[in-house]
Amino acid sequence: MKFHFPLFVGLVTLAAGAAYAETPLDFLNTYQAEARRADPGFAASAPRGQQFFRRTGNQDWSCSTCHTENPLAMGKHATTGKIIDPLAPAANDKRFTRQDKVEKWFKRNCNDVVGRQCTPAEKSDVIAYLISAKR
Amino acid sequence: MKLRRLGLTAVTMLLALHLGPSLAGEQKNYSLTASYKEECGSCHVPYPPQLLPADSWRSLMGGLDKHFGSNATLEASVAKEITQFLVVNAGRSGQSQAVGAKAPTLRITETAWFKREHRDGHDGLSASVWQSAAVKTPANCAACHREAGEGNYSERGIRIPRSK
Repeated sequence: MKFHFPLFVGLVTLAAGAAYAETPLDFLNTYQAEARRADPGFAASAPRGQQFFRRTGNQDWSCSTCHTENPLAMGKHATTGKIIDPLAPAANDKRFTRQDKVEKWFKRNCNDVVGRQCTPAEKSDVIAYLISAKR
Repeated sequence: MKLRRLGLTAVTMLLALHLGPSLAGEQKNYSLTASYKEECGSCHVPYPPQLLPADSWRSLMGGLDKHFGSNATLEASVAKEITQFLVVNAGRSGQSQAVGAKAPTLRITETAWFKREHRDGHDGLSASVWQSAAVKTPANCAACHREAGEGNYSERGIRIPRSK
């Protein structure tokens, strides 16, 4: 019994991690797992995420219209001019730490940029790209 | 002596005239709620509630799905809480109504008060200031009102960026 105890703790921690995603990598993994349900071979890709980030959709907006092409830099809202803190976790440790916020902003911004909700594959690609951005 | 007192009275009156109409927008007599700052202050500064009348806020909060080109829909409970905050702290309709408008205005920049306070030549304002890269749009309060994010629009907090 004693021998199995660390394994048990490990499993519980893993399960808790999945339920309360709190690091950028947790979010990447959660969305990637969701994408794999439809496409088992799917693997999140930073280059694909970068492409998506810069691609213009609705009303000529892309993610980078407000967040700039450098996710380590400060952004600026395209219509209001408000300064936006950097998106990349390496430049802003508050990013991708709270599920309600992550979901809220994907919902709103995907609607603005692509005119629909982003797929789990797109979300995991974008997060892979943002995690890959290093100073 | 008499002249000095007269001068003082004149200065006081001028000050009163100058401050009177602008108090509504520049004095912070409420505190911005956390949910208002969080939900409304991400894409733009959390605009002072007293700059629009209650009817305008109700109308604006009722149309968040088409919010100046974006879908800014909130969870119902959050929307209710924010609407309440805005309506309780709203301005009087007389001072914040758009000139000649029939429906309540949704834009602070259309109100007579805003236009007067931001008229050409006032406090060094000119067309080139509005068009400068740092300002870009009159919606960008924080470009000049450096503490707009905290709801502070005091004269001391104003720094107009140099237009290029």
